[in-house]
Amino acid sequence: MTSIPLIGEAVAVAAEPRLAGAKIGVVTFPGTLDDRDAARAVRLAGATAVPLWHADSELGDVDAVIIPGGFSYGDYLRAGAISRFAPLMSKIIDAANSDAKLPVLGICNGFQILTESHLLPGSMIKNDHLKFICRDQTLRVENANTAWTVDYTDGQEIIVPLKNQDGQYIADEKTLDALEAEGRVVFRYVGFNPNGSRRDIAGISNAAGNVVGLMPHPEHAVEAGFGPESLDGAPRDTDGLGFFTSVLTKIVGGDK
Amino acid sequence: MTTETTKKFNIDTVEHAAKTPDTELPWAELGLKQNEFDEIVKVLGRRPTGAELAMYSVMWSEHCSYKSSKNHLRQFGEKVTEEMKKDMLVGIGENAGVTNLGDGWAVTFKIESHNSPSFVEPYQGAATGIGGIVRDIISMGARPVAVMDPLRFGAIDHPDTARVMHGAVAGIGGYGNCLGLPNIGGEMVFDSVYQGNPLVNALAVGVMRHEDIRLANASGKGNKVVLFGARTGGDGIGGASVLASESFDDTKPSKRPAVQVGDPFAEKVLIECCLELFKGSLVEGIQDLGAAGISCATSELASNGDGGMEVELTSVLLRDPTLTPGEILMSESQERMMAVVTPENIAAFEAVMDKWAVEYSWLGEVTDTGRLIITWEGEIIVDVDPRTVAHDGPVYDRPFARPEWQDSVQANSFTGSVEDAGRPSAPTELAAAVTELVASPNMCSKAWITKQYDRYVGGNTAMAFPDDAGVVRVDEETGLGVALATDANGRYTYLEPYQGAQLALAEAYRNVATSGAVPMAVSDCLNFGSPEDPDVMWQLAEAIRGLSDACMELGIPVTGGNVSLYNQTGTTPIHPSPVVAVLGKLDDVARRTPSGWREDGQAIYLLGTTAAELDGSEWSNLRGHLGGLPPKVDLAAERALGEILINASRDGMVDAAHDLSEGGLAAALVESSLRYGVGARIALEELMERDGVDLFTALFSETQARAIVSVPRSEEVRFKDMCTARGFAHLRIGVVDAAGGKLEINGVDELSLEALREAHEGTLPKYFG
Repeated sequence: MTSIPLIGEAVAVAAEPRLAGAKIGVVTFPGTLDDRDAARAVRLAGATAVPLWHADSELGDVDAVIIPGGFSYGDYLRAGAISRFAPLMSKIIDAANSDAKLPVLGICNGFQILTESHLLPGSMIKNDHLKFICRDQTLRVENANTAWTVDYTDGQEIIVPLKNQDGQYIADEKTLDALEAEGRVVFRYVGFNPNGSRRDIAGISNAAGNVVGLMPHPEHAVEAGFGPESLDGAPRDTDGLGFFTSVLTKIVGGDK
Repeated sequence: MTTETTKKFNIDTVEHAAKTPDTELPWAELGLKQNEFDEIVKVLGRRPTGAELAMYSVMWSEHCSYKSSKNHLRQFGEKVTEEMKKDMLVGIGENAGVTNLGDGWAVTFKIESHNSPSFVEPYQGAATGIGGIVRDIISMGARPVAVMDPLRFGAIDHPDTARVMHGAVAGIGGYGNCLGLPNIGGEMVFDSVYQGNPLVNALAVGVMRHEDIRLANASGKGNKVVLFGARTGGDGIGGASVLASESFDDTKPSKRPAVQVGDPFAEKVLIECCLELFKGSLVEGIQDLGAAGISCATSELASNGDGGMEVELTSVLLRDPTLTPGEILMSESQERMMAVVTPENIAAFEAVMDKWAVEYSWLGEVTDTGRLIITWEGEIIVDVDPRTVAHDGPVYDRPFARPEWQDSVQANSFTGSVEDAGRPSAPTELAAAVTELVASPNMCSKAWITKQYDRYVGGNTAMAFPDDAGVVRVDEETGLGVALATDANGRYTYLEPYQGAQLALAEAYRNVATSGAVPMAVSDCLNFGSPEDPDVMWQLAEAIRGLSDACMELGIPVTGGNVSLYNQTGTTPIHPSPVVAVLGKLDDVARRTPSGWREDGQAIYLLGTTAAELDGSEWSNLRGHLGGLPPKVDLAAERALGEILINASRDGMVDAAHDLSEGGLAAALVESSLRYGVGARIALEELMERDGVDLFTALFSETQARAIVSVPRSEEVRFKDMCTARGFAHLRIGVVDAAGGKLEINGVDELSLEALREAHEGTLPKYFG
């Protein structure tokens, strides 16, 4: 008989003292929704979350930055198009492109902001079925070598929530071919493409692998009892924690 | 654009009104009755100004004044014991009631209707319904943490139903998702009685520390009154356009939408901005602007305070500069709040506004005159006792009487009726009946709707659709949380309103207990037809009496709610639909009980006994019959069942629990199997023998105070002992079967889970794409 653990049993996160000093910034724009969730994910991974305000002109001494999901400026213009001009964004763009290669993760609206900022290529348009969709989504990790995926393995399948209205990833064929060739397709939808994204692409990285963006929400799958289930009901609620431990591995331990 | 706004209006000042007593006023067009207008004149000692007339007309409307229901609603406050009051921190009358959760935490929740706007313009109607209820929650000082939406539409195959359904669901999603509030449940009912009067109700729940509770009152002479958030526009101005005498200018945009338009981004910013104000203790009193806009906010703040208020109306920031004073007072533009701030806090208040880029304007201050005075460039256009506007509106003892047709409806039982001919009994017929039931419009999967809502945001959703209740964690350290469920059965209430309302409460109570939570408080949204029809008024009076009696018996108080009347097309009212929300508390949300079983070999128990109760049931509804008497109410049994479910959850004696309600045991067995795709083998012979019912009745009867649970083998003895000790009927009816991929019921042809899922989940996509 298989034993199913109690729902919501506390996961003891291995609190490595060397991780606690790692500071990960979480940016809040007007209309950001998942900032507290991203900060919780950072904490559960063992690091310190530092709130960052879009209007700040300094990034401070953070070791990495997460741009969380939401509807910044209501998505009333193209999603992410206004946030891209926030004073803090120019600092993030500079730091991501610098020699230090600041790790940056954009989730959902954060991914849209990264494409608008040209840190990542392509763009997101309205879902092909034209509706908002919220579901537990299976993803395949296509590249376990980026700053945000080193704790996964190539080809590993994970389940994390997906929830968006404008999630259809598009780019011209040349760009898509280049992304594939360079191993910059980091995540692909498996089983069901929820928004019509080209080549089932769920997330991509920049050439250096320090900047990653994806539509699904790993920060909603970091705590037992509060994340997705697999089809047979087995808990898959912490599949997303690897994003946050990966960047810590990168920050404090160098490459795997 | 001219800045000389005042030049365009023929301002009807108080002074002018006193001098011109015989001026004709459009009070009838504004919805006032002759006696009500006479009362206003009596209260003021003169005719009202145009602006005063606008204020009284909206504040004395049914929607704002509860004039037809007030005499009955009193029972919610009267039928309350000391024991029931002990956890109530704020009761009925404020924006929303507040309940103590312990550990310094408090929770506030409320359900409201946005019915007619959602018929006229489904997207905006449903969206602003969410916006309004969320602002009620913020006004209490709480952070909103979840929403829920009970929805009732016309017949699923009527061409207009798709319009309302698509619009309302998209509106709820579009607004709620953008606010960052998880949508954790609700209801969906299709019935032709709602064709021209769909019910779009919205519930919001928020949490706060005790010290953060805020109330809507304006106190402290010299404190400043500020309006902040969105600008005031012409939306939602119902009848104000008849105050045309105010305007010289007929070139202004006259045709404005009567339905308000929502801006969820503005609301999200407003939430964060208000929470920052609360954190810094920067406001003394706060009130959201909803129905009746500035009229309501100023009169309620002043009326609840210790003095008066003086406000300069030209200071209101406008979206449309052509608005007249009356229109500004009545505008229902969304995403606005009014607050009272001490002079020392002005700078800090403004800093928060600037940080969030929220517009604000200082309108005036709190006085000690006991009067609400509104000026237009210094000229007094309103001078009233705010209490007469906000609280002392008319109250009617509407005549009511048991309808003549009630007896014949109740005499028309389903059993033996024409519609009951050919009742399924053979194994193939019963299998087909189960499949038909779970694919039917009211019993089918609601995933088509709920997958358009974000249930994850916030990271505290411990349970959501399709489980019995939505569960949200409040305290991340301890796991303390709340469970919420809403229920109503219009058919039951039509057959017997007193009982029907109690059944709604019983089901919501049962759903909350099934999740493992201890029921604590009630909020209700009473959706009825016209109170001027004595039949409808009787339904309303009986429903309120039934609900308040049942709350007393279950020991949980009503902390707030809303009444929506005139839901009728011509002279045909909707089924009386008291939607009841119950809130419960879980000391640790990790102990919540989901509705589906997972582990092979666990025993399945049915709690409670089954009688032949098919009148008003989903099965009879599927056969086109409505008559007889609804299932019996047994609140003592509901309480006993609730205690068993709560203890079983706390002590880890059950892994799954699902309440039996619409669709009876058949629906519950299918839902618990489909939840995780794990089947079961069921035998009901012993039940049929014990309760004296046939297999069809065992499966489709809607007898109350029942639930099914799955019990780990190791806990079976302990679980049975607990039920025996409490004298509650319990019967092992089967076992979880993880390998088979099917639901096997003795005497019913095998039901594969795949086929059941296809039937259950196929219905809404078939009709709505």
